[in-house]
Amino acid sequence: MTTNSARAIVAGHGTFAAGLISAVDQITGLGAQFVGLSNTGFGAGAIEDQVRALIAQTGASVVFTDLPAGSCTMAVRRIAKVGPAITLVTGVTLPTLLAFALGADAEESLARGKEAMMLFEAPRVP
Amino acid sequence: MSLEYFRIDDRLIHGQVVVGWGQPCSLGFVVLVDETVVASDWEKELYRMGVPPEMELYFESVESAAARMPTFRADERAGLLLTGDIATMSALVAKVPGISTVTLGGIHHHQGRTPRLRYVFLTPDEEGQLRALADSGVRVIAQDVPNAHPIALEEVLAGDGTG
Repeated sequence: MTTNSARAIVAGHGTFAAGLISAVDQITGLGAQFVGLSNTGFGAGAIEDQVRALIAQTGASVVFTDLPAGSCTMAVRRIAKVGPAITLVTGVTLPTLLAFALGADAEESLARGKEAMMLFEAPRVP
Repeated sequence: MSLEYFRIDDRLIHGQVVVGWGQPCSLGFVVLVDETVVASDWEKELYRMGVPPEMELYFESVESAAARMPTFRADERAGLLLTGDIATMSALVAKVPGISTVTLGGIHHHQGRTPRLRYVFLTPDEEGQLRALADSGVRVIAQDVPNAHPIALEEVLAGDGTG
């Protein structure tokens, strides 16, 4: 049984998830679409347990993580191997989450996140 | 360069290893010593996908890591050897002379463990294993990231989980 309206889980190091969700909420008022998880203080097994619990609690089928090599990413991949169908997006940014909050699916959100990354080079000094 | 770091970390390959140590220390290779991982193609692929292409990843058992140690030590690249628990590292140290320092990088909360640092939780048995490692001549320290101050074993064991 699900008890939360969140559409997706955001998981990562330190306060990464809380910070991103806070920013989404400040910009769109839609932060409640996400539930966050920090890996701080947890071993690999405990992170996996936390992600499983959040999936069960929310019914979310999309998980955003911060790093491809991160322990949250590893945990989600382990869960997805044997459990529910989970879409994993790693390397998540604020524009990615904003797109998702505003209705895009995971694939489109990823594309929006990539598009939003830009480099403005410093002007060359003659 | 060669194999410079011997780390115990129950998360094995993760952000601190690949990015936190990998980039500033220019790690060219990581040796993951774990009997479960080495026996599973799926586990190996999982960890392989977590490392950047410029970082080579070797999967070894204690036996094979010990046998290949001369090759790892002769490697010109900087390398890090990783085990997921103290027992595996102790078994390796017993087989491989010359491991001077072992770093506790992350041993997290589990039933029966007492918090010693933010990232080190130990059972009495694990504390005994670490003392035995130190008694064998290995310097045992705790250090989660490169710019953190290395913490000596006695200080770790006297900790209350807040350090």
